[in-house]
Amino acid sequence: MTTEGVKTIKTVTVPAIELRQATKRYGAGATVLDGIDFKVERGEFVSIIGPSGCGKSTLLKMVAGLSPCSDGVIAVDGMTPVNARQITSFIFQDATLLPWRTVRENVGLGLELDGVARDRREQKVRSVLELVGLGEVADRFPRQLSGGMKMRVSIARALATRPQVLLLDEPFAALDEMTRDRINEELLKLREEQGWTALFVTHSVAEAVFLSTRVIVLAAHPGRLAHDMAIDLPFPRTGETRMSDAFEEKVAEVSRALRSVSVAGARA
Amino acid sequence: MKKIGLNLLSALGIFAALLLIWIGIIWAFGIPPYLLPSPMRVVAAGVHRFGSLMTSLGISTAAAVGGLAGAVIVGVAISLSFAQSAWVRRMFYPYTVLLQTVPIVAITPLIIMWLGAGLYSVMLITFLICLPPIIANTTQGLISVDRNLVDLFLMHGASRGQILMKLRLPHAMPSMFAGIRIAGGIAVIGALTGELFAGSARVGVGGIGYAIQYASAQTETDYLFALVLAASALGFAFFFLVMFVEWYFLHDWHESARSSELE
Repeated sequence: MTTEGVKTIKTVTVPAIELRQATKRYGAGATVLDGIDFKVERGEFVSIIGPSGCGKSTLLKMVAGLSPCSDGVIAVDGMTPVNARQITSFIFQDATLLPWRTVRENVGLGLELDGVARDRREQKVRSVLELVGLGEVADRFPRQLSGGMKMRVSIARALATRPQVLLLDEPFAALDEMTRDRINEELLKLREEQGWTALFVTHSVAEAVFLSTRVIVLAAHPGRLAHDMAIDLPFPRTGETRMSDAFEEKVAEVSRALRSVSVAGARA
Repeated sequence: MKKIGLNLLSALGIFAALLLIWIGIIWAFGIPPYLLPSPMRVVAAGVHRFGSLMTSLGISTAAAVGGLAGAVIVGVAISLSFAQSAWVRRMFYPYTVLLQTVPIVAITPLIIMWLGAGLYSVMLITFLICLPPIIANTTQGLISVDRNLVDLFLMHGASRGQILMKLRLPHAMPSMFAGIRIAGGIAVIGALTGELFAGSARVGVGGIGYAIQYASAQTETDYLFALVLAASALGFAFFFLVMFVEWYFLHDWHESARSSELE
């Protein structure tokens, strides 16, 4: 009960993700990210978009604790990224499934490594498979699945540990547009049910606008924050949302911001 | 199943044709049996000396199995240590290449000096021939793991041991079996070559390689042919054994095993 009390206070005071002057240099050489400052509040869905070389994937790895800051501070739920791994899940560019494991065993991987007992693990895996609609294919191997299905398994694996923060690194880039749109809608539905916070790297403006409460545009060489734009389209967002004028306007606005950054970068 | 039956039928047909050509050549050119015996003579020699044929086959099988098994165990162990540290790998990997380039036949006299003629020398020769492909392939498999998968394991606080056992080792299975398949193919050749040089500790009784030399010295050409056929059968048996083990472990998830001839 005391822990509950602490949790409530934290919810009010600590942002889910906070970057203060986060900087990344490789050795003495190039600066990849230069003094990045932003906060992501609980329950927000923030997309990061920018030209190639702006360090958006590096940024995500730093928040995941897979790559240390050269300067500045990153806090996830008030903890260092490494300590916050318990409440963080990462979804990679490719599905990155283990081909020798069935869907069920792949989804249970995180829980298994966390040392969750078999009974509880199986129960959690079953419920998350139901949630993403993979109950039917639980005993198949990855090679028997389509690209979209593999990505759903990857999402299920990330959600199985009940994360509070979800980090996604261009996860749907390899999918065809129809599959991508459908999985985007499913992802929003899952967020509504589970209430995690998301930091999402993408190179698709439409995808960023559709999913996000905020879009952050990075400029390249060195990577730095250029624009921070609120996306105030109402939830729940559906296929209809994509056809609305408000959506098109937002896409145009973000595209303009991205273009200004790219043009400036090309001139520099 | 139907496809396997058809393949078997065509293989048998070709075998029969080859036998006919063999008999035809002897008949047409009047070749004496001590140069080229007929298939009937070869079979007769095999039946007549079935006991010693089986003894030789047994000795060669023991040498090949022992050498290959040792190479698999030691090779995988060495690969695991290579996978654990880039430093160890840089230090010792060049020596495994050296092992491959030194012609084993050239150091055979040395091995015989150390271990004496007979089974142990032959086994060691087979072992040395089988080792390099297993190390090279298994190491490659262990270190070529997707960086993202390693990150995924690290995110869940996995230890080096867990990453090795749950990620690197299963990932390396297909390449490991590729290495074992190559080694299995040369294990029998290695054993026979070893026997040609390292012979036997007992005069007149030895593996197939030794018996071939013995038969050739006595111009027992028909028995020599029977021995060659037995050696080929042993090679085949090895090949299919390794294929079966590979299929057994990989057919659930890996394409290479699924598309193999056993499917």
